[in-house]
Amino acid sequence: MKILVCITHVPDTTSKITFTDNNTKFNTQNVQFIIGPYDEYALARAVELRDAQAGSSITVLHVGTAESENTIRKALAIGADDAIRIDAEPLDAMFVATQISAIAKQNKYDLILMGRESIDFNGNMVHGLVAEMLQIPVISPIMKLDITGNIATMHKEIEGGKEVIECQMPLVAGCQEPIAEWKIPNMRGIMSAKSKPYQVIAPVETQNVALTLSYDLPVAKSGCKMIDASTPEKLFELLKNEAKVL
Amino acid sequence: MILSYIEIADGDIKKTSLEVAQMAAELAKKMGDSALAIAIGKADVTKLALIGNYGISTLIYVDTDVSISKNIATLVANIATKNNASTVIFPKSIMADAVAASVAIKIDAAIVNNVVEIPDTANGFSVKRSIYTGKAFAKVEIKQAKKVLVLRKNAISTQPTSDIASVETYKEDISTNHLKITETNKTKGDILLTDAEIVVSGGRGLKGPENWHLIENLAKALGAATGCSKPVSDMDWRPHHEHVGQTGVKVAPNIYFAVGISGAIQHLAGVNSSKILVAINTDPEAPFFKAADYGIVGDAFDILPKLTLAAKNYR
Ligand SMILES: Cc1cc2nc3c(=O)[nH]c(=O)nc-3n(C[C@H](O)[C@H](O)[C@H](O)COP(=O)(O)OP(=O)(O)OC[C@H]3O[C@@H](n4cnc5c(N)ncnc54)[C@H](O)[C@@H]3O)c2cc1C
Repeated sequence: MKILVCITHVPDTTSKITFTDNNTKFNTQNVQFIIGPYDEYALARAVELRDAQAGSSITVLHVGTAESENTIRKALAIGADDAIRIDAEPLDAMFVATQISAIAKQNKYDLILMGRESIDFNGNMVHGLVAEMLQIPVISPIMKLDITGNIATMHKEIEGGKEVIECQMPLVAGCQEPIAEWKIPNMRGIMSAKSKPYQVIAPVETQNVALTLSYDLPVAKSGCKMIDASTPEKLFELLKNEAKVL
Repeated sequence: MILSYIEIADGDIKKTSLEVAQMAAELAKKMGDSALAIAIGKADVTKLALIGNYGISTLIYVDTDVSISKNIATLVANIATKNNASTVIFPKSIMADAVAASVAIKIDAAIVNNVVEIPDTANGFSVKRSIYTGKAFAKVEIKQAKKVLVLRKNAISTQPTSDIASVETYKEDISTNHLKITETNKTKGDILLTDAEIVVSGGRGLKGPENWHLIENLAKALGAATGCSKPVSDMDWRPHHEHVGQTGVKVAPNIYFAVGISGAIQHLAGVNSSKILVAINTDPEAPFFKAADYGIVGDAFDILPKLTLAAKNYR
């Protein structure tokens, strides 16, 4: 089984988000970058599936600049067999999906896994776009994934519950917990990551891209109004008459 | 033409879709264009006609029980093409996100998710979107003729009128059986977390699943949905689909109650689009108080029953 895992390179979940250059650039100072947490769940499940089926392999794919190098190496250390980086700024979801599907068309993967969404632009779009470009099914967000022969059985979250879905491969899936436990790279993984195949490829051309012009931050809250614990019902009075939300 | 996608749940229009209709109508007006809506599913036609309250004069209704995003996307794309839609607007949901992505490819459009404002058409076409899980916004320019936008909940305020839309039915046979749904488990009768106007969420401070009736009772009294923090669903006190935050459900209700939740940045990321945040916590130093609009320093086991009792006078 050939598995493609697409990963993002994003600020860690505790990062303070600020911008520079007159609000046109993300401020990377003091920000630690990580593999997107949802993508890491996808990768963790891919490693388990690969290890369970002899002759399987995992390619990890990232659209981004050389700044993402460490993130890709970490994915190799966790267990991917080889890596491809499309050397371009990931401009928007359509751009990224076009790059992924170009690679997928050449290599015929059985399973294309990624996180349900990135945690920077939270688009939740790339899996759907890739699947439509490749004309194969997409299931997202999934919390369980098992393979028997050519059939994938998945638990998909729906509003207020879940669905169990069976689908023939090839397919695209957006992953979330508890699909697998994150894997901490061991020493051997870290060492071998340095020698695993790693290609850097130029992007294909696309149109239909939505370009970011500028950024801004939400207005800060004016402060928290405290209500005495002996009269909690005052809260509703304030919600009704002051905040006007009740 | 501006096409708005109206989502149906339990035979009625979902609240976020009313905002989508309003946005489509306002955008059309701004651009000197017309607005149309499409609804796919099983619904009462008289209820669908109320979309007219939000500025839509015609709704195309496809009466079908299809539940696979790909098939829904085919219908939407066909209707968009037939009506020459320049922009298709979707409400944010698991299903609509999937449909939107597919439609964007089918009609060759640019796509922007988590839109929070009516697009700026003064100089080209630009939209404001939420990014970094609600921690920031981006202004994005779309140059393409065709656009697909996904609207974040609670971003547009609606001003309902008493106008009624005419509902035209549409039929088209779509069948692809590339995947099979073998089982559906859905909590029936509960208010959907993502659609609720009020959410009451509990954290580790509730001490155990046996105390959840305290959360549920307040929720019931307020007509609210219930949510929880990640450790609570990790420990299986509550089902996974109730877990709110960066790695869980993102909610944007009018009021979000955080009871016994410390206010970790990853939890706040899932609730920061709510209109009003209320924190109830024994610890006056709990970080949630820094993000909240209203707070009570107190014991959930004491405060929740009192609030439940008082809530009855306000609902
Ligand atoms: C990558 C990553 C992603 C994450 N994603 C999420 C996410 O999506 N959602 C999420 O929630 N968390 C997430 N977390 C976890 C997050 O960091 C916190 O650990 C978590 O939110 C804490 O949950 P809590 O507030 O319920 O528990 P605690 O932090 O243990 O807080 C319990 C609170 O209850 C209060 N309390 C105790 N007793 C009472 C009482 N009797 N009455 C009232 N208050 C009481 C305490 O003072 C305390 O403030 C994530 C973490 C990481 C690293």
